[in-house]
Amino acid sequence: MTIRASKLWLGYGVAMAWFFVLLWPLLGIKAEGLEFAESISIWLKVAVAAAILLGLHQLKQGGLFRFLEKPTQAASAAADALAARVPRWLALCAVAACALAFPMLTERYAHDVAISVLVYIILGLGLNVVVGLAGLLDLGYIAFFGVGAYTYALLSVHFELSFWLCLPIAACFSAIAGCIIGYPTLRMRGDYLAIVTLGFGEIVRIVINNWMSLTNGPNGVLGIKSPGAYWFKDGSFEHIWLNSLEQLYYIILGLAMLTIVAVYRLNYSRIGRAFEAVREDQTAAELMGVNTLRLKLLAYAMGAVFGGIAGTFFAARMKFVSPESFTFIESAMVLAMVVLGGMGSIPGVILGSLALIALPEVFRGFEMYRMFVFGGVMAVMMIFRPKGLWPAKRMGARSEERD
Amino acid sequence: MTEQTPILELKNVTSAYGRIKAIKGISLKVYPGEVVSIIGANGAGKSTTLMSISGVIKPTSGEVWYAGDRIDGLAPDLLPSRGLCQVPEGRRIFPRLTVEENLDMGAFFRKDTDAINHDKNRVFQMFPILLERRKQHGGTLSGGEQQMLAMGRALMGRPKLLLLDEPSLGLAPLIVQQIFRIIREINEVDGVTVVLVEQNANLALKSSSRGYVLETGNVVMEDDAQALLVNPAIRAAYLGE
Repeated sequence: MTIRASKLWLGYGVAMAWFFVLLWPLLGIKAEGLEFAESISIWLKVAVAAAILLGLHQLKQGGLFRFLEKPTQAASAAADALAARVPRWLALCAVAACALAFPMLTERYAHDVAISVLVYIILGLGLNVVVGLAGLLDLGYIAFFGVGAYTYALLSVHFELSFWLCLPIAACFSAIAGCIIGYPTLRMRGDYLAIVTLGFGEIVRIVINNWMSLTNGPNGVLGIKSPGAYWFKDGSFEHIWLNSLEQLYYIILGLAMLTIVAVYRLNYSRIGRAFEAVREDQTAAELMGVNTLRLKLLAYAMGAVFGGIAGTFFAARMKFVSPESFTFIESAMVLAMVVLGGMGSIPGVILGSLALIALPEVFRGFEMYRMFVFGGVMAVMMIFRPKGLWPAKRMGARSEERD
Repeated sequence: MTEQTPILELKNVTSAYGRIKAIKGISLKVYPGEVVSIIGANGAGKSTTLMSISGVIKPTSGEVWYAGDRIDGLAPDLLPSRGLCQVPEGRRIFPRLTVEENLDMGAFFRKDTDAINHDKNRVFQMFPILLERRKQHGGTLSGGEQQMLAMGRALMGRPKLLLLDEPSLGLAPLIVQQIFRIIREINEVDGVTVVLVEQNANLALKSSSRGYVLETGNVVMEDDAQALLVNPAIRAAYLGE
């Protein structure tokens, strides 16, 4: 056995011992006394599975599977060549077509999941402007989602304003909230900023929770209207409510596409470049004539606008809002999507939302272990793909496109 | 030359980090078209002087005048559009922006696209290696290339007065020669006034018209560069003789 191999097996031994120390207290310590059988059986299964994987890995290192290498390499090369030949717009059209056809091919439950995914895509892309582009770690982002949702909820219930009118109003309110929260906090950098944004996120939620006269507190706001539309029927236009899941799906799909286009344009603009410069080196950016405070506020407000739009839709779709939907864990989820997908990368954020919202639905059976798997996947990701599932492609992509 | 009004004047400027005074009442004058060196040992306050001019550090007392305006207390981002650009200590390029984007950032406050492109080509002429590497991340460049990029980025702002902080730091002699050739070129051809902070006193003084010598936050000597170069005290203290 080579030194490398023995090191590998030593690592295996340590990992398995550690796993047992972790596992047994969870399963074996009970009120009736100590129990070993269950934890040992689970531990043995995991240990054997890991040993088999490790053995296979060693055989691969040893060259046992070399006969497989050539065909797989050829296949991946062919796939790359095919991908290079298909133009980007065609690929985008294909994705868009799939998204448009989705409700016709699937059932109610899938529509429901898809709507959640799209809401989170908008949130993720909004947060991506703040975290990915401008490099401001925001742990209270969901506050803007809440501001958007409550803006529409209250305007709809008390003034019966339409969804489409409230969309820009809620976006404005969120942007204003972003500026109000951002102005005192954005003078801070790094860790301090993260802590303060966390605090402000909670403040917004607690205010909503306690302002009984306006928000009805923890009981929430009921009776929010769906988006309306005028539909041509029997020779005249008729007002209808768009409240089937399919109709809602198309609305959020449209909003998500608008968001994608907006964020894409921002990414490649002069302001987007300045956001990144501030992220890279604030002092140097100042020396280039960038007003960093104003720019950070702008990033914050832009992120908030997308949060507000997502929130408005969320309220219209649920027809009910309560402070419970805007807790810290939601901020953490959105942030996890951005980090998992790849900071600053639009397809990355979309993939991240899919991975964090749609996959848990697919694996409903493992719901108990959701957070466990979640943590494990995050740890593995950080080792093997530290820049995310689909890292932002930056090697001069932008300069090339401007030519 | 002394009849002219200075483009930059420091009157008794004091700056401090917390309670520690880094410069203690510095006065200096720079006239249009000059190259002025500020030399001195580590910790003499050279960089602090430059950063007090550009506003990254706010002077605790004294006045900074630039082109007829008092600029101490102004935010640093207001100065590039007035023609005062700085190449900061340690270059501070944007590592995850491409070379070309770094240059674009130098022209951030400008809107005249044609002139910007013209200036970019000018920078690429001065530093052909940057043209070769224009699609590469700034952070992947070598130290010398980064220095060139930092200078090119500052030039993209069409400075009237350029502040250079240790342009030779950590670079190979050949690269240093090239950088100083460019400094002379932008001074002679484009008429840019240059304030140069350097530890490499010999090289700095040879490219300058005048020099200031800093010691523990004070100006201890000011003279023509040629005079400083032959001054026995300077030769002993800073030129290694």
